[in-house]
Order: sequence, then C-alpha cells, then structure tokens
Amino acid sequence: MSDVLLAASGIGKRFGGVQALQNVSLTIRRGEIYGLIGPNGAGKTTFFNVLTGLYAADAGEVILDGTRLNIGVPHEVTQQGIARTFQNIRLFGNMTALENVMVGRHLRSRAGVIGAVLRTAATRAEEAAITDRAHRLLQYVGVESRANDLARNLSYGEQRRLEIARALATEPRLLALDEPAAGMNATETAGLRLLIESIRADGVTLLLIEHDVKLVMGLCDRVAVLEYGEKIAEDVPEVVQRDPKVIEAYLGGAID
Amino acid sequence: MDTLIQQIINGLVLGSIYALVALGYTMVYGILGLINFAHGEVVMVGALTALSIVKALAGTGLPGPVIVLFGLMGAVPVCMALGFVIERVAYRPLRNAPRLAPLITAIGVSIVLQQLMMLGWGSTYLSFPPLLSTAPHSLMGASINDLQIAIIAVAALTMGGLVLLVQRTRIGRAMRATAENPSIASLMGVNVNRIISFTFVIGSALGALAGVMVSANYSIAHYSMGFMLGLKAFTAAVLGGIGNLAGAMLGGILLGLIESLGSGYIGDLTGGVLGSNYRDVFAFLVLILVLVLRPSGLMGERVSERA
Repeated sequence: MSDVLLAASGIGKRFGGVQALQNVSLTIRRGEIYGLIGPNGAGKTTFFNVLTGLYAADAGEVILDGTRLNIGVPHEVTQQGIARTFQNIRLFGNMTALENVMVGRHLRSRAGVIGAVLRTAATRAEEAAITDRAHRLLQYVGVESRANDLARNLSYGEQRRLEIARALATEPRLLALDEPAAGMNATETAGLRLLIESIRADGVTLLLIEHDVKLVMGLCDRVAVLEYGEKIAEDVPEVVQRDPKVIEAYLGGAID
Repeated sequence: MDTLIQQIINGLVLGSIYALVALGYTMVYGILGLINFAHGEVVMVGALTALSIVKALAGTGLPGPVIVLFGLMGAVPVCMALGFVIERVAYRPLRNAPRLAPLITAIGVSIVLQQLMMLGWGSTYLSFPPLLSTAPHSLMGASINDLQIAIIAVAALTMGGLVLLVQRTRIGRAMRATAENPSIASLMGVNVNRIISFTFVIGSALGALAGVMVSANYSIAHYSMGFMLGLKAFTAAVLGGIGNLAGAMLGGILLGLIESLGSGYIGDLTGGVLGSNYRDVFAFLVLILVLVLRPSGLMGERVSERA
C-alpha cells in the first residue's frame, strides 16, 4: 500500500474563455491534513468540484488509492471514497439533522423497495444500523442534541458540523472541507480544529480549503498554493510561508 | 340531508381517485420541477390494459373481484414500465434544457400515447364488464356499494403506504434529498437518475390503480379518458400545493367533494338553469381561484429556489 492516497495530475478546466485550472498536479498522502490555499478566484473551489465529480475536467486524471476516479459522476466518486462539505452550507434543510446524516449512509446500505415494502428482517436491521450510526456521528461532531430538529433550524456552527457528520457517513477515505471555518468565531474555530484533528486521528485523510491562514498553517501537514488556476507552491507550511512567490501572490507580505 | 350524505360519499370516491393521480403529478414535480402532462395518459393505459384482461377473463367463471384483481396486476406493471420508458426516452435527454422543452415534450408524449391506444383499442367508449357487486348498502339515508368502499379503502391504504415509504425508508430519504437538491444528493452518494426513475415508476403504479378504479366505478374506458382526469388531478395537486405529498392527497379529496357537491346542488341553486353537466366547471373554477389567491396551494411552501 503506497503512502499516496490521492494523486491528481495535469488537471485542466476551462469555463468559456477563463482557464480556471491549468495543469494542476498534487499528491495527498495517506493520513495527512492537506491544505489548499490561494487568493479568491484562484481555482480552489473549481478544483474541489472537479475532484468530487461535480464538474468533468477537460484534462488530467485523479487516482485515488490506485484507482482512477470516474470524475463527472458524483455518486461514483463518493462511492470510491471522497466526501465533501460546501463553502455555502448545502444541507437538506427540510429534513432533520439525523436524516441528513442517514442520507450519507445511502450508498453504504442496500435496502431496496421490496425489502421496504415487506419490512423484511434484513431491512429492519439495516435501518436500525443506519439510525444508530447516524446518532453516533452526530455525537461525534457534537450536535446529537439537535438530532430531530430540521437542519435549517440549526445554528450556523451546528450546520457546519452537521455537514461534516453527513460527509463522514459516506465512509470517505478523503474528506474534503471547503472553507469549514468561514463565518465562525474564534471559539468555534478552535472547536473545529479539534474536530478535524480527531477525524484525522480516526484514519481519515483531509483536504482543506481555507481562508483562515493561521488555521491552515497551524493544522496542515502540507499546503499547496493556487494562483490563477496554477499551482505555485506545495510543501510543508514553514517552507510555503517563506516562498517569495507565495508571499507576493497571496499573503501580500510576511505573516506573523 | 340524504342528498348531502350521498354527494359526500360520491365526492370521497371521486376524490380518492383524484388523489392517487395527483400524487403522480406532485412526486415528479417535487423531484424534477416538471409537470408530467403525460401522466393522465398513463392512467388511461392502465385502465385499458385492465379492461382487456378483465374482458378476456370474464367468461372463465372466476369470481368478479378476482378477475378485477388480475386486471390490476396486469395494469400496474405495464404502467410502471411505461412510466420508466417515458422518463428515459422523453425527459432525461432534456434534463438540462430550458423548462419549456420538457413541458412541450410532455404534451407530445400525451398525444402519442392517446393515438397509439386509439389504434389498438379503437375510438369508441368501451364498457367495463359489471363484475363487481354494486348492490347498495344504506348509510345514513344514502347508499354506498362494495366497490365504492373498496376504492376509498384501497386508496387510503395505498396513500398510507406511500407516506411510510417516503418518510421511513432508505429510498424515501433519498427521494426527499433529491427533491431538495439533486446535485448535493448525488455528492452524498445517491444515484439521482435511479431515484428519478423510481419516482416515475411509483407514480405510474398509483396511476394504474386509479385507472382501474375509474373504469370499474364508471364502467367505462376510452382512449381519451386520461385527458380530463389528468387535468383534474393536476388541479388537485395545485390546490394542495404541488410538490407536496400530503397536499396532493388533501387536494384530491377536496376537489372530489367540491365537484360532487357542486354538481349535486347547482340545479337547486340556479333554479334549474344550470345542471350537473356543469360539473367540470367546478374543478377549473377551483384551479383559477387557487392560482389567483394562493398560487402555492393549501399546503405549499414558498417556491423553492432551484438553480
């Protein structure tokens, strides 16, 4: 088993006249927290969308654990082991918190219509297992007390955590978080950091897009920087922070 | 007084049928934002399929209800397959097209189905053999027969089952997730195409059931019967709030009652100027009033933002 979990090579994506991503290659190692940063419009979210199957790439390929990802077919990408959250929270607002997580269990369960209609023992056992697992995930992210509330009624911070629980329910090998700290206060961000670290400790590799540079530099093992759709740096945070290209492009000066 | 009870009974029977058909419209709308105008024709195909089976078995000496059950068992899978094929052939290629394109396609599918069925079954009214007991029981001065009781009971059970399916099962959760946001549902591992097919198949099965009920209750089937029935059921779905399951059931029952009571009393109210042949007016009056006064329907929520 190689220590590379995900290898993206030569990813290109064009929207009309805009080259959103150009020949982006990066490798994420098993068990690390990998940060992806860059100025607004640098292509971070586009890269995420390609990686998770929402957009088909114009060029390049993504290999996850030795298997080529079927990018462009989101549910297959999820099946292969990538789950994500969204910069603008995208929960199923009219379903309860618990049900949101249970949807995440969809592809790790099998019950069909026949079983549902006949209420077979296997179906009931599976449904109980899904419910149980969903409760434990809610507990894990700390929103168990809101299990039966509609997702849209949860607070902002709770919704962010619920999105993580829903993504974890798909049993990802790589969890991709799109600006998880956006809009959070310092206490919430500190809590998020603990959550991310415990997810890693449980064996899930993380990819993080984040604007909060302090959070990224403190949390990530390695960081890649995008600018105008191209990767301009990839290394451990200490090195990236001192890279003159990065400082010029993104940080706009030294950071403390 | 007994006229009132009688019209309520008639209204409930009619309303149960409207509700079953309305569910087909509302489920598809809830997931795709598409008004499947061909759904009325699926109901018609179900009725004619059942009619042929019933006619073929009528001389065998089997008990009436068993024959009708066989008719139903033939009509349901035929309609499920039809619903699946319609979505696959007519709507899926237009999934990302402007909304007008699938709407016009739906009307086209509707015409094609009507004409095809006319070629096979002819353009005359076909009578449904009287196999079921229509001996009336008296109920509070009015009468109700076994068939009417069966229609109300089967419709209620079916709708209860549908609610459980949608609210309590894995596939129902996936349907609700897809209805809220298909692309996010697919990112969470839901095969959206499969859920959409499933929705069409279930809606068509309910339509087949309704088709058999209509033709058995009114003892008649016809290649164009789906048009008016479909339009009324669509009205019921809009009345309840299209996209909302409970709304479709409520809307169906209410519309049945309004139509039945309206046509029962219109003669008295207008001094005999207008007769019960004005019954269709009520359904469309309701549609107009709802669209003007409460476009989101009785149980509808604000129009969801759909990208």
